[in-house]
Amino acid sequence: MKVNSRRSQRAGACAGKPSRREFLLAAGGVAAGIALPPIALAQSRSGPGRFSPPTQASAAATLQAIQKIVGAAPINKGKVTVDLPALIDNGNGVPLTVSVDSPMTEADHVKAIHVLSEKNPLPNVVSFHLGPRAGRARAATRIRLADSQTVLAICEMSDGSFWSGSVDVVVTIAACLEEL
Amino acid sequence: MARAIVNLPASARRGEIIEIKALVAHDMETGFRRTEVGALIPRNIVTRFVCSYNGAEVFRADFHPAIAANPYLAFTTRATESGTIACTWTGDNGYSHTESAAITVA
Repeated sequence: MKVNSRRSQRAGACAGKPSRREFLLAAGGVAAGIALPPIALAQSRSGPGRFSPPTQASAAATLQAIQKIVGAAPINKGKVTVDLPALIDNGNGVPLTVSVDSPMTEADHVKAIHVLSEKNPLPNVVSFHLGPRAGRARAATRIRLADSQTVLAICEMSDGSFWSGSVDVVVTIAACLEEL
Repeated sequence: MARAIVNLPASARRGEIIEIKALVAHDMETGFRRTEVGALIPRNIVTRFVCSYNGAEVFRADFHPAIAANPYLAFTTRATESGTIACTWTGDNGYSHTESAAITVA
């Protein structure tokens, strides 16, 4: 019973925005052996399968996304700082700040910053496009994270070089499990 | 009716770096969630944000489903002249919203 109700909570929470009543009804349904829609059961059984396929971007898809950004150019490590909380209570709205060590002059500035995730359903998270008028190479937003993972930022400089920085985060409640 | 906030200093010195904060009310439906009966909820997100300073683009962002609901952005620009800073969000299903704020540069 305990296991069942937890399962249905997972399936229910992911399927739209169930009210408390709907959730309790769903939980009762499982306990009483009433068949839930097969898709909900399939989702709840597969553990991390909180999303419809693709559950996670495959490593190949992530590599492809990186390649789409940099092409054949090499990626240097450094200059980019990804600021995320190390321990994330709720993956639905995680404050992200990316900053790049750059003077932001006409001759030497950041053209774009791309943020990629390793274990979200899609590898791309956000791309910032800026120029010398920005003054500072820094942007912040709020993102969703589906799992504990590495978040990578690749920045494109005006001279055509690419630099990257990454951070490892632990997510306790994944995005989609609970609505804000 | 879309609700949006663009926050920036009302006045600045010429050449000063100012921070612009922009927020829009939007669900950012990922397209990966399902309803109670298993039907996929179609994706409905804001895909692009553009900030222009007196008509010239100074910052742009491409959003993906991994951006949280009610997308928030904070970025900087150099105050060059008095005028209007306009932020435009565009997205799925023909979504478009523009919010402007005025700045006085001394």
